[in-house]
Amino acid sequence: MKVLVPVKRVIDYNVKVRVKADGSGVDLANVKMSMNPFDEIAVEEAIRLKEAGKADEIVVVSIGVKQAQETLRTALAMGADRAILVVAADDVHQDIEPLAVAKILAKVVEEEQPGLVLAGKQAIDNDMNATGQMLSALLGWSQATFASKIDIEGDHALVTREVDGGLQTIKVKMPAVVTVDLRLNEPRYASLPNIMKAKKKPLDEKTAADYGVDLTPRLEVVKTDEPPARAAGIIVGSVDELVEKLKEAGAV
Amino acid sequence: MDFALTEEQEMIVATTRAFVERELYPYEAEVERTGRLDMDVIRDIQRKAMEAGLYAANMPEEVGGAGLDTLTWLLYEKGLGRANYALHWTGVARPSNILLAGTDEQKEKYLYPCIRGETWDCLAMTEPGAGSDLRGMQATAKRDGGDWVLNGTKHFISHADIAGFAIVFMATGEEDTPRGKKKLITAFFVDKGTPGFSVREGYRNVSHRGYTNSVLEFDNCRLPDSQVLGEVHKGFDVANQWLGATRLQVAATCLGRAERAFDHALAYAAERRQFGQQIGKFQGVSFKLADMAMEMKAAGLLTWEAGWKFDRGTVTEADMSMAKLKATEVLAHVADEAIQIHGGMGLMDELPLERIWRDARVERIWEGTSEIQRHIISRDLLRPLGA
Repeated sequence: MKVLVPVKRVIDYNVKVRVKADGSGVDLANVKMSMNPFDEIAVEEAIRLKEAGKADEIVVVSIGVKQAQETLRTALAMGADRAILVVAADDVHQDIEPLAVAKILAKVVEEEQPGLVLAGKQAIDNDMNATGQMLSALLGWSQATFASKIDIEGDHALVTREVDGGLQTIKVKMPAVVTVDLRLNEPRYASLPNIMKAKKKPLDEKTAADYGVDLTPRLEVVKTDEPPARAAGIIVGSVDELVEKLKEAGAV
Repeated sequence: MDFALTEEQEMIVATTRAFVERELYPYEAEVERTGRLDMDVIRDIQRKAMEAGLYAANMPEEVGGAGLDTLTWLLYEKGLGRANYALHWTGVARPSNILLAGTDEQKEKYLYPCIRGETWDCLAMTEPGAGSDLRGMQATAKRDGGDWVLNGTKHFISHADIAGFAIVFMATGEEDTPRGKKKLITAFFVDKGTPGFSVREGYRNVSHRGYTNSVLEFDNCRLPDSQVLGEVHKGFDVANQWLGATRLQVAATCLGRAERAFDHALAYAAERRQFGQQIGKFQGVSFKLADMAMEMKAAGLLTWEAGWKFDRGTVTEADMSMAKLKATEVLAHVADEAIQIHGGMGLMDELPLERIWRDARVERIWEGTSEIQRHIISRDLLRPLGA
């Protein structure tokens, strides 16, 4: 079985995000970028499936600016076999919306015919949590989101999902789109020998035009704000005072 | 000139950095508090370091290392250098390159077990009476029949406690030179447990807690010829040819630690408020940060350039001395200023600053004191002029 893993290049989770002066988004110029952490988990899971003999090829795909090539190399260094870069923007500030990404991915799926698409549940930049679901709709495939455990059994997959109030296990028919959550696994380090080998692995470069997908944004960003500053706290003298303050604040 | 790192170098930096933060930092507080490193901890780090291909990465590929070029190796050293020295030296060991100078039998017995993480090496040169003046060493190895008999004392021998063997440099004779008599030195492999060889606990010291030093005693310690490393009387040649860029390794690890101290100082300057504003807005603090950043960059460029030249065979002794001297002094400066920016909090062991400041002190002394480095640099300048 072939596994397709979409990976997104996002602002590194350690970077303190700054809003651009005009409020149109966050400043990404000369900022450290990395692979979306949820996508890293998806890559790791695909490698584990391959190690367990349940997958035989892992193809990673990234859609965005040319520099996303670095993200793909990291995935190859972790253990993916092959990469496809779809250049769809030339400005790092230009985000490709989930629907356009899903449409491109649907075309890639058509070409590659994977048995499973493993994606991060969302990207940590815009937190849309939409691409995987849209892709499964476009393909007419089953979907399982927020996976914290995945078992492939023949033409079905048992996926444990993290839902409000607990864990839900569902059985989905393959091929399927599965989006992964934080607790699925702990991604490995790209090991030094694999980093050296990554350069020799194939990386195909395509453009959005090759897939004939319309990238026109459907959404309009009205405003981007810094999170509000936290108000200063107060020290209370007793439990009674605490309860009183909470009542005043309408919290109890 | 191309100053950009390759994609592979970027990834190696990222892997090393992530490894150090996830696998080494969590053990730091305990090692700093107790001055000890448990074997269980070492084994845990070792296993993970091997999986990540970081263990013995300084070694060539054909013997099981990562086959990194010198510049990339130094970038990896910088990453490791952020953490407590004992943790990265034992858990992510870099066996001495001098082991590559051994015969095939010696490599089997000493090099490969080090690369496989089964044991560690240690190097013994320094004596109570011979520090910077290595040729002044008193310990001797004398011929007796077909064997060698070793006598004398070595001290400040790093991690000899966990090493399975020592590479020991001994005076084996004298030669006449235009500048008077000079001692001839030979290098030997000495196994722990060899009769007449003992290792005892060294001194407690201010820098690198958990990274021990020992005193090595040789009392009529008898060795066969097969324990000689390289050629008889050519111990310094072996060291010069094979020890390689250890000064650059010191420079790189110092750069890592300086960067860590700086990261703390920068974040604190942007957060801490006094007199109604962030302290980074006060020129007294902001100018410190500017100088720290500039000095670190200068030391980095000296180090990377020397590493780059090392592989091209064009590096000079002065190049390596400049890098070592600058990086160690910059670390001292940056560690000190990072504490100054933090005020009293900088001295508390809640933050890694007090230990970076302590650890910085040895760096200007070992692998050649700052004075020896200045001697080497000025000698390179003056000798061609006959001075």
